[in-house]
Amino acid sequence: MPPQHVLGSVGPQALAIERLWWLTLIICTVVFIAVLAAVAWALFRAPRGDLTTPPDLSSMTRPERGAAVGIVAAITLCALLLVVLTIASFSTDRALASLGAPSLEIEVTGHQFWWEVRYSDTDPSRSFTTANEIHIPVGRPVLIKLKAEDVIHSLWVPNLAGKKDLIPGRDATLTLRADKPGTYRGQCAEYCGAQHAKMAFLLIADPPEQYEAWAAAERKPAREPGEAEQRRGRDLFVNGRCGMCHAVQGTSAAARYGPDLTHFASRQTLAAGMLPNTVGHLAGWILDPQSIKPGANMPANPMQPAELHALLAYLGTLK
Amino acid sequence: MNPMLEQTWRDPPGFLGALAAIDHKAIGKRYIVTAFCFFLAAGVLAALMRLQLARAESTLIGPDLYNQLFTTHGTAMMFLFAVPVMQGMAIYLVPLMVGARAIAFPRMNAFAYWIYLFGGLFLFVSLLLDIGPDNGWFSYVPLAGPQYAPGKRADVWAQMITFTELSGLLAAIAIIATVLKLRAPGMTLARLPLFCWAMLVTQFMILFAMPAVMLASTALILDRLVSTHFYNPAEGGDALLWQHLFWFFAHPEVYFIFIPGLAFMSSIIPTFSRRPIYGYPAIVLSLTSTAFLSFGLWVHHMFATHIPDLGKSFFTAASMMIAIPTAIQIFCWIATMWTGRLEVRTPMLFSLAFFFILVLGGLTGIMVASVPLDLQLHDTYFVVAHLHYVLIGGAVFPLFGAWYYWFPKITGRLMSERLGRWQFWLFFIGFNVAFYPMHHLGLQGMPRRVYTYPADMGWQPLNMLATAGAVLIVVSVLLFMVNALRSYRGGMRAGENPWGAGTLEWASASPPPAYNYDRPPVVRARDPLWEPISEPPAEPTQVIGLAERVREVLVTTVLDAMPSHRLVFPHPSLWPFLSAVTVTVFFIGSIFTPWAVLWGGIPVAIAVTLWFWPKRAETLEHLAVEKRP
Repeated sequence: MPPQHVLGSVGPQALAIERLWWLTLIICTVVFIAVLAAVAWALFRAPRGDLTTPPDLSSMTRPERGAAVGIVAAITLCALLLVVLTIASFSTDRALASLGAPSLEIEVTGHQFWWEVRYSDTDPSRSFTTANEIHIPVGRPVLIKLKAEDVIHSLWVPNLAGKKDLIPGRDATLTLRADKPGTYRGQCAEYCGAQHAKMAFLLIADPPEQYEAWAAAERKPAREPGEAEQRRGRDLFVNGRCGMCHAVQGTSAAARYGPDLTHFASRQTLAAGMLPNTVGHLAGWILDPQSIKPGANMPANPMQPAELHALLAYLGTLK
Repeated sequence: MNPMLEQTWRDPPGFLGALAAIDHKAIGKRYIVTAFCFFLAAGVLAALMRLQLARAESTLIGPDLYNQLFTTHGTAMMFLFAVPVMQGMAIYLVPLMVGARAIAFPRMNAFAYWIYLFGGLFLFVSLLLDIGPDNGWFSYVPLAGPQYAPGKRADVWAQMITFTELSGLLAAIAIIATVLKLRAPGMTLARLPLFCWAMLVTQFMILFAMPAVMLASTALILDRLVSTHFYNPAEGGDALLWQHLFWFFAHPEVYFIFIPGLAFMSSIIPTFSRRPIYGYPAIVLSLTSTAFLSFGLWVHHMFATHIPDLGKSFFTAASMMIAIPTAIQIFCWIATMWTGRLEVRTPMLFSLAFFFILVLGGLTGIMVASVPLDLQLHDTYFVVAHLHYVLIGGAVFPLFGAWYYWFPKITGRLMSERLGRWQFWLFFIGFNVAFYPMHHLGLQGMPRRVYTYPADMGWQPLNMLATAGAVLIVVSVLLFMVNALRSYRGGMRAGENPWGAGTLEWASASPPPAYNYDRPPVVRARDPLWEPISEPPAEPTQVIGLAERVREVLVTTVLDAMPSHRLVFPHPSLWPFLSAVTVTVFFIGSIFTPWAVLWGGIPVAIAVTLWFWPKRAETLEHLAVEKRP
């Protein structure tokens, strides 16, 4: 499974937060130990009494200078440490906001319970849409526009940066940069309904030329299938139930309710990062998605084995 | 025992008498026992969730049920346990501590209890009928809106809020009025026990915070019932508005759960340190400044939304700052122990645990106060760990301490010290085993509110450990119940003041008679029972001259508690109960049809009118008492 860890930074933002984490952890640990030591010392040094011991009322008439000095000193120290932490937090904030001008814009839309990922371009023929996988070029800041189609979701790839909510009616942005190539796992971090637990995605950071090659392949419409069975599968897809929700560029299936499947076979996972994209899992997912993700919006699709094979054969061509 | 006073002040006997009861001790006990039952029920839900999460990809509980479980767990713990149990403790103890015969507005107080009980039962019955709310205890829109939450689950949540807020506000008014107007003569605000200070501050917070959520949940019900569009972005509404209104209430709510915990600490520690508390004025000022600051933190629950960065930084600074008043109180308690003579009994053990658990939770709170750290930690198991350290460490541990401490006052019998120690250690160890690993799970990227997780994420071992800790907590709570029941039947007789404590409630018998004090005391010190009284006393030590055949109390002035006037309190009555029944019908009906607001309002109006209908005989009696007590 690709990493999904707060303390495994591969980008400048997660790194800045990781540094702040260690500073905060050290200061907090020292304070924690100091408070416990004071309690332990009080327990150790104070004489024992019992419930018949007459209360010591001397404090009502005599000021307790020692305790007052100790408390004022401790509070001053606490306040100073809080100021240090506040300044550290603000300067980390600043570092997070200064990634530089983004070289690429990606629009991510949250759906119950999957991610639509759109790479838009001023030239519409260069725009394309995929799902549950965000590819970015390594070393370049990327602007992600966040939208929600239905309810609130939250985009979170801990190895790269903190999370940001996708709120219907209130578009937001998040700038990211990955400094190491690799595949990182992300997950929806705002409770969004029945299948919130199974709404993951992969963020794939590739060297720029590899990213360009991927994007170029994604821009192309789906290839015309070569074999008869694959073509039968395509017809089933376009004229059957699949095409009512899904799109495959280059065919007449253009619905936007479910993920765009134009280059489906090149993706690593199924069902929003929940299953490896293999023929067996795909067959199970198509026939009975509700047993894998109960409450997901994809209905069961009972069909004859021959139809299923044709459909699987076709989906396999969508590289 | 004064038979005349007993006759005047006691609740009527029998079943109908129990429904008519208005004695603050009866109502307080009901609040505490009811809240404890909801605590058990919500705890069972938590245990079920832990069973589900113990193993990766477990199929024990499906998403539909799991989402109801975590929503009902959070909702019940926050609204049906934590806030009401603290109000229950205040309803029982505050009148005793200020030397009053009764709580102010006793019938309204009884009404508040019935509304609370019916609202709580409504939530749990709904869960049993499979219409338990499933949108989280925060019920974010649009997920809870009409489009994405068909059915009645979201309405059940929103209307449960109406019930608990109504009862919470009414109880708050009763407690505030008692503290401000029914104090014993001489108990100036500067001599008010810290317990009462904390409760006073808490109830004022409730008055200011609860209307926000009542407004929010009413707008949600309207969106769902009659298609208003408060929260619908497509019609010019705003999904984020809900979050502002909800957290403007829910952040202070954390503090009005936590401040009563501080109240218990400030009562228990001086008693077992055999000295008055160190730094009384500093603690009072800390309590009030915590209350003020807590209203300026709510945005730290919303750092992941796109609120402008400059705005967020104010909330970071405020969230850091609120650590200071709590630190002041912690240092004052340490100073009290440091200079005292210690006796470590069970209540004290629970207070000592506060220093470990709450301080750790407070420090992780400082972590999530920082915007950048919060962006990583928000909505992960790190926050689950943090909030349980704060709420269980800050409120539940002191609450268990308080139960051991005041059990003898309430029942007349001491709880077993041996079982108490066992319970404490099981709870302390179980708690840390259950919740400490969650910090690590959060750092490992595990989000909150997930009903399952893939096996190869590597989260299973720590989840399994957390579930083992939960088992220890269950055993510990069972042990507490065994201890409480056994002690209630056959515990050692406590006497008036088993701990040798200094506050006024220990001057009354254990359990206190219906009228609390034969003669209400006159107070001349912060710890009245610890102050030596010169012989013969230079000033009166008791209030005399109050009528015994009617429920007459002495009202005093707000600041100096100078005697102001005599007031006759109402009798027990069935009308608060009957009014609560009509209000319940009205509330539950109106989640199904707007017509219930109209038709349901009529019985409410009738019941309340009859409740307040003046009775000639009573008026004549009051006039007579006024002329000749």
